[in-house]
Amino acid sequence: MTVLVDKNSKIIIQGFTGKMGSFHADEMIKYGSNVVGGVTPGKGGSKHLNLPVFNTVKDAVNETGADASILFVPPAFAADSAMEAADAGIKICVAIVDGIPSHDMIRIKRYMRRYTKSSKMTLVGPNCAGIISPGKSMLGIMPGHIYKEGRIGIISRSGTLGYEAAQQLKNLNIGVSTSVGIGGDPINGSSFRDIIEKFETDDETDAILMIGEIGGPQEVAAGEFAKENMKKPVIAYIAGLTAPKGRVMGHAGAIVSAYGESAIEKVEILKECGITISKNPSVMGDTVKSVLEKM
Amino acid sequence: MDIHEYQAKKILSNFGVTIPRGGIVYSPENAENKAREIGGSRWVVKAQIHSGARGKAGGIIVCNTPLEVAQATDKLLGKKLVTNQTGPEGKIVNRIYIEEATDIEKELYLGLVFDRSSESIMVVASTEGGMSVEEISKEKPETIIRSKIEVAVGMQNFQARELAFGLGIEPDLIRRASDTIIGCYKAFSELDATMVEVNPLVISKQKQILALDCKMSFDNNAMFRRSQVSELRDKTQEDSKEIFASDRGLNYVSLDGNIGNIINGAGLAMASMDMIKLAGGAPANFLDVGGGATPEKIVKAFKLVTMDEKVKVILVNIFAGINRCDWVAEGIVDALKKIEIKVPLVIRLAGTNVEKGNKILKESKINYIEANTLEDAANKAVAALNK
Repeated sequence: MTVLVDKNSKIIIQGFTGKMGSFHADEMIKYGSNVVGGVTPGKGGSKHLNLPVFNTVKDAVNETGADASILFVPPAFAADSAMEAADAGIKICVAIVDGIPSHDMIRIKRYMRRYTKSSKMTLVGPNCAGIISPGKSMLGIMPGHIYKEGRIGIISRSGTLGYEAAQQLKNLNIGVSTSVGIGGDPINGSSFRDIIEKFETDDETDAILMIGEIGGPQEVAAGEFAKENMKKPVIAYIAGLTAPKGRVMGHAGAIVSAYGESAIEKVEILKECGITISKNPSVMGDTVKSVLEKM
Repeated sequence: MDIHEYQAKKILSNFGVTIPRGGIVYSPENAENKAREIGGSRWVVKAQIHSGARGKAGGIIVCNTPLEVAQATDKLLGKKLVTNQTGPEGKIVNRIYIEEATDIEKELYLGLVFDRSSESIMVVASTEGGMSVEEISKEKPETIIRSKIEVAVGMQNFQARELAFGLGIEPDLIRRASDTIIGCYKAFSELDATMVEVNPLVISKQKQILALDCKMSFDNNAMFRRSQVSELRDKTQEDSKEIFASDRGLNYVSLDGNIGNIINGAGLAMASMDMIKLAGGAPANFLDVGGGATPEKIVKAFKLVTMDEKVKVILVNIFAGINRCDWVAEGIVDALKKIEIKVPLVIRLAGTNVEKGNKILKESKINYIEANTLEDAANKAVAALNK
């Protein structure tokens, strides 16, 4: 999807010289992503992986024309780095890091309200696998080869469950336009609704697979948006049918605390919104296939 | 992370919330002296466990003499209290809070949580204190008033005042009530809390506004900057297997079934549990070893799952990305050299280098059942159980 990343996206790595940042920068470059440099405060002027290192995101943007960034900074500093990216004019920022305090996430989102819609950065994550547009660009940590090029949009809170879906589709010879991991935290940069809206206007996407789970209002909000505003079919799977109430299931955001947040309730509400439900996680691919056949 | 009532009260009192006089004790002798020290003529002996609904479970006893206080403490200390929130195994009482009894005129409800829709802090209040918020929203939803707080500027006086008037508090007490509400908000926002609940918040016959019972939970992700809060953790209130897991960087939740799980990624773990249920089985646990599924984590995960005596089958489901199936398979083989597994083992690998991974497993001497898809894995786990 050209709305988020494409071949021309100029990517910088925040937390470039660390272990995680170096490893995944290398993976992204091998995939063909246009990585133009990175930021590590205090190491500006040096080279890493044959690319320039900058002290600030502003310097990196000024020198390289970067418009996309990916965060590999520790959770304690992640909020600061995301706001720095927003202020430097980065258009899309993916926060991979797991463990950002919720209060910090709220702070980031309030900070970004100062920008007008056209100059506001899109933040994806945290605690996510990132974004891939197969064959074009990878701004994430996923195994790129499991994604076949094609016309299905995937949005998933979980990383590995998103991989599972991509693999099932590939086995059925169905490809993916873009896959977006929005992350497992209670407060995230982009919601299902935010991304589903981008897919609706993307001329490279025919249908959308939404992989949700227990906890929070976002799947339902996306369902209601789809019912009112979308022409493209949406297929959904919600994980956590067997999850007990009131317990956090791995993802900080995967906890049922209100009506409409359990898997069964979400499935019922999404059905009413006209969304096709994949009744279990092993038929996500098959369900997409059957919807495509009816189109 | 949850803390005890007495700890939450101490925190809130530092933010200007009035609490009844009281003190923590660990023995009956201690309790008798503490009652005298507190003074007055009636006391409430409160078992400190990480659960609400303690009163119905017999964990709160009203006493009329210091001797009764000692007897009540003796009765509760060391006991396992089972409430509707603890599960059947209950929680052990190791600490007792002694508090002066309050002459209650009116009981109110006050709660603060994150509102995930508006991404702000939501204050919820009701005139129906003493009931749980779930009960209030079911039985008296019309009494609930809410206020969304803009975190960038914090709670304003008028917002607290509106809530106080909304609760029908008399004009002379509005100032105190607003200060109490703002105190709770400040505690929430300054200490990285995820929940503050004062239930009931009472108006006493002496016209004091008091937090009679409170609960606080905190964001585990923020503990790096809240050392004073993290010191309040009481591991005796947590499941021993869950402590073992969290100390080793694993996400684990103990469940009632008998199929043990080892899975990478929270979403895939939940999905695998769903498949087990659809196949007619029940998961013994939720266990996410992390997206990376490193060999070290896999060894720890096997240790953890084999600690659970309920487990009759183990299901391993790993979707390997960057970490590759061959590497994961070597980790599994290595783990099984260190840990003896006495129950059937089903392994499903998927993703990068899956053929290589399965070859390594086959050529090793380990005794296992190979599965190819999520569904296949769940079916084979349930079938192994019934053999």
